[in-house]
Amino acid sequence: MEEVKLMKGNEAIAHAAIRYGVDGYFGYPITPQSEVLETLEELMPWETTGMVVLQAESELAAINMVYGGAASGKAVMTSSSSPGVSLKQEGISYIAASELPALIVNVMRGGPGLGTIQPSQADYFQACKGGGHGDYHLIVLAPATVQEMADFVGLGFDLAFKYRNPAMILADGIVGQMMEKVVLPPFRPRRTAEEIAKQCPWAVTGKGGRGHRNIVTSLEMESPAMEQNNLRFQRTYAEIEANEVRYQEYYTEDAEYLIVAFGSVARICLKAIEDARAVGMKVGLLRPITLWPFPSKALDELSKRIKGALVVELNAGQMIEDVKLSVNCRVPVYHFGRMGGMIPNPTEVLDALRADFNI
Amino acid sequence: MKQEIIIAGFGGQGVLSMGKILAYAGLMNNLEVTWMPAYGPEQRGGTANVTVILSDSAISSPVLDSYDTAVVLNQQSLDKFESKVKPGGVLMYDPSGIHHLPTRTDITVVPVDALTASIELKNSKTYNMVLLGALLELRPVVDTEAVVKALRKTLPERHHHLIPVNEQAIEKGRSLVK
Repeated sequence: MEEVKLMKGNEAIAHAAIRYGVDGYFGYPITPQSEVLETLEELMPWETTGMVVLQAESELAAINMVYGGAASGKAVMTSSSSPGVSLKQEGISYIAASELPALIVNVMRGGPGLGTIQPSQADYFQACKGGGHGDYHLIVLAPATVQEMADFVGLGFDLAFKYRNPAMILADGIVGQMMEKVVLPPFRPRRTAEEIAKQCPWAVTGKGGRGHRNIVTSLEMESPAMEQNNLRFQRTYAEIEANEVRYQEYYTEDAEYLIVAFGSVARICLKAIEDARAVGMKVGLLRPITLWPFPSKALDELSKRIKGALVVELNAGQMIEDVKLSVNCRVPVYHFGRMGGMIPNPTEVLDALRADFNI
Repeated sequence: MKQEIIIAGFGGQGVLSMGKILAYAGLMNNLEVTWMPAYGPEQRGGTANVTVILSDSAISSPVLDSYDTAVVLNQQSLDKFESKVKPGGVLMYDPSGIHHLPTRTDITVVPVDALTASIELKNSKTYNMVLLGALLELRPVVDTEAVVKALRKTLPERHHHLIPVNEQAIEKGRSLVK
């Protein structure tokens, strides 16, 4: 039995990365996620597992180091917070177009612009609807606990390698900065060159006995060929949508009203629901764990037996668009959000629910 | 058992580390814990607060709007959090930074002169441990043994010689509210 530890979400990501056998981390400091890089530098994994930890000269450099590392079949990652992740978007689009596995962590802060350093979820659109240019998707995981911050490192890499598609942990400043109990995943060794060659026959690992050189690029000068690439990407996305939707339901069996929220906000809403249930209001919660692929089917089903839904986010209304698409106008869907780094408390959530539905 | 605590004051008063030691002590006693700082760019002199929840069952929200216990160490924090203590709850404050005293009568209001106590201990850095001692006397959510273990865990080894004076501070804090 692994020891239970107490740590911040950001620290958990660093520990989990070493334990997963990550080959390289490339980052640049920014609040509220700097502890990822700081913890890695404290732990000095280059002396134990051989993992590279590098503070790049900029976010652009960091994401392009990830691009290069991923092209060679290595398990590589970066982390940043909102303004830094904006800078990485070009590289992310290239990584997606090159069909490379990689893990990107965004511990969101208030925006737009340089914004604040306090928690936010205003990068939902950026993470789930593109961010960079072109028709691509990231697999987007939204952790709500420090335990999930640790667990989603492994899950993110597993999915990224399974589908040859970059994955993102879309966290917020709350779960990055808060401390709670965590059981870290077991240590596993980094993959050997032979294992990488076997798992990633597409990787640029030298010609070897292959007879040809692998080339990793997002460039294709011929439109018909580029359309074929796009069709292949879309087939991958369809497969991910069919297989990898993850979500959690709370108190939905008899719920008349549904709150939809992700990340730490889902926990604030859960407290609001506990308070609501205490006074006889039948409220449930759906927490998407994968924001892309989105749990549309589950929401579609739930919308057949509820009176309405409230979407609570740390933004002006982003995930609500996916919720509305999922419920097909069957029930009214309202939004409650705080912005710019402000965090709602459970009472505010409950008040919004009462006001929207006159209960 | 569930205890929802806010500790608020100036940066540099040991607010976050007091919360951290309390959270670690909770871990030592096998409780569920969350430690949620209201983090900012502030360092010494700015405002700082931390929400610590200790519970024997799973904790939903790490963010709260009412508390069983508030420990407030300056006027701004008193103004902000006095109204947020649940009826029947505890409001502990350090009188040295307070000009307008708390007025509520439906809660237990306890002044703890931790500043004087820490000066008597000849170590001003024991300030937050005096407060922690007083808190644990009023709210025995974790035992002193767990706190000492937590100190051992959170303090870098070069500061371990300070653990005895911190233990004294905890006892002093307890005696101030007995």
